[in-house]
Amino acid sequence: MIVEKAPAKLLPIEIEVDSISFTYPSGIQALEDITIHVSSGERVALIGQNGAGKTTLVKHLNGLLKPVSGSVKVGSWDTHDHSVAQMATRVGYVFQNPDDQLFQRTVWDEMMFGPRNLRWSAERAASSVQASLEMVGLEHIKEMHPYDLTFSSRKLLALASVLAMDTQVVIIDEPTTGQDYRGVQQIGSILSELNKQGKTIIGVTHDIDFCAEQFERSILMAGGRVVLDGSTRQVLSQISVIDQAYVEAPQLMRLAEKLGWDFMPLTVEEFIHHLDG
Amino acid sequence: MISLQGVTYSYPGTSSPALRDLSLEIPRGQFCAVIGPNGAGKTTLAYILAGFIPHFYHGSLQGEVNVEGKNAATMPQRELLRLVGLILQNPFNQISGTKVTVQDEIAFGLENLGIPREEMVARVAAAMELVGVSELAERSPLGLSGGQMQRVAIASVLVMQPAILVLDEPTSQLDPVGSREVFQAVREMASSGQMTVIMIEHKVEWVAAFADRAIALVDGALLADGEPRHVLAIDTVWRAGVGQTRYTLAARRLQELGKWQDGKRLPVTLDEATLTFKAFQKRR
Ligand SMILES: Nc1ncnc2c1ncn2[C@@H]1O[C@H](COP(=O)(O)OP(=O)(O)OP(=O)(O)O)[C@@H](O)[C@H]1O
Ligand SMILES: Nc1ncnc2c1ncn2[C@@H]1O[C@H](COP(=O)(O)OP(=O)(O)O)[C@@H](O)[C@H]1O
Ligand SMILES: [Mg+2]
Ligand SMILES: [Mg+2]
Repeated sequence: MIVEKAPAKLLPIEIEVDSISFTYPSGIQALEDITIHVSSGERVALIGQNGAGKTTLVKHLNGLLKPVSGSVKVGSWDTHDHSVAQMATRVGYVFQNPDDQLFQRTVWDEMMFGPRNLRWSAERAASSVQASLEMVGLEHIKEMHPYDLTFSSRKLLALASVLAMDTQVVIIDEPTTGQDYRGVQQIGSILSELNKQGKTIIGVTHDIDFCAEQFERSILMAGGRVVLDGSTRQVLSQISVIDQAYVEAPQLMRLAEKLGWDFMPLTVEEFIHHLDG
Repeated sequence: MISLQGVTYSYPGTSSPALRDLSLEIPRGQFCAVIGPNGAGKTTLAYILAGFIPHFYHGSLQGEVNVEGKNAATMPQRELLRLVGLILQNPFNQISGTKVTVQDEIAFGLENLGIPREEMVARVAAAMELVGVSELAERSPLGLSGGQMQRVAIASVLVMQPAILVLDEPTSQLDPVGSREVFQAVREMASSGQMTVIMIEHKVEWVAAFADRAIALVDGALLADGEPRHVLAIDTVWRAGVGQTRYTLAARRLQELGKWQDGKRLPVTLDEATLTFKAFQKRR
């Protein structure tokens, strides 16, 4: 008999990345002496040029990759001592490429895969899956094959299947890739909703306008290292540093600079407020 | 040079067309951007230009598609493949998976063209340089970051020097500077008169800065066609779910607040926004 675990309560979980380095088996060093601390309930963006090490770093947070030196702790769990399956109860990771994540034959089976592995009761699994599909707006295509969906829908499905596992930490790698304007807005509001529930959100993104609007803290990476880590406004305001890292300031900050403002707005609302007093 | 006359297409087993009565002329050397929400038919248009429709996807195709003056449906597929280079929306699908190094992957398409070895090496090197992957030449194409792979996919098509280049969201995984560089490179290739470019994109700030023309597709039909800065400021285009720059959004917000001069054009680019909002500040 399978005894159902109590529904996961949102225990505060801190993430401690302590001077980790990582080299792929092919010999490419992707991370060099990275130390970051993420508190429970934070919304953090990882930004930086292609190949900076963002995906490699987030794959360490759920134990998919283990550091060559240094340690990663999620709550009291060191990823060296816990299986990926165990880590998956705390940290959900939405892959950059949905095709790396989706492998079931129907949307419904894809969604049920995680909850089944967590050994939830059929009822609890189904209700979590249903709610997550509704959150991304895919509840009407349960019987479809994931490969018949458009790229943007596969991306949303990959997100929903992570949401269904109701983890305290949600990591989302390039959430806005392939999304249109409304899709980007929708993902923004899903992230806000999760954050309101007290979850920790870590997003990797090249969409700097999205980053400015959605994340309170940003970490800029380059060449496997952390270059800047601070409030999003502070980080993105350092225009020359981020330019050197192949990132650009968001549109509204570039505009504010042209207008000769000291104030660097993150959102349209902030911009209008400053413009119009 | 591309021309579509009354093109309507439905995928097999579907009743509602993915493209509806589309007519378009794109002259040689033009950089034409295609914008529109997801599901609008952008990729379908790309597939038609590259001959994937009807050669690979069957379904029902009406109307006429001409590429460089020849009918695409009756042209031998080999010829069409050489004429039209398509960069796929998902770069992973562009990688052959059979090559050990990035440079061999990029050279893959050239191998069958009987091009002298020296020229091949030079073209591969130039393509790698253009998309910033020269340092990855000896790396495995399968052990790359998402953006690096997208760069390789772009290079593997550019190296073929097609007369018509179709790019389906080619910058979706590129860093901001890389995205701008791709727009710039495409701009230069079109301006040189060598290439006709159709680029599907959501990054409207760069569409406005670099493209000659933007066509907005919605529900498979042409909603607007014209100069990008003009198309991007049209209300129905915005309401159909096409992205806007934050500059335009800020102006729209002022409009909602009743603080925008009636009839004043909405700013789309940074330069326009600087002028417009400077004037706004002065007036206050
Ligand atoms: N499977 C792999 N095998 C070998 N090297 C890899 C592999 N995946 C990534 N790398 C290399 O590790 C470095 C960091 O890659 P990573 O995927 O973490 O970058 P990223 O910051 O996520 O980039 P992007 O913005 O393009 O997604 C790069 O040099 C990359 O080529
Ligand atoms: N292989 C396919 N089979 C059936 N319908 C498809 C297929 N590919 C796309 N469609 C449908 O055609 C329409 C246009 O899709 P697409 O061209 O991919 O749009 P876009 O690229 O603008 O997002 C959508 O309604 C989509 O669901
Ligand atoms: Mg990545
Ligand atoms: Mg598409």
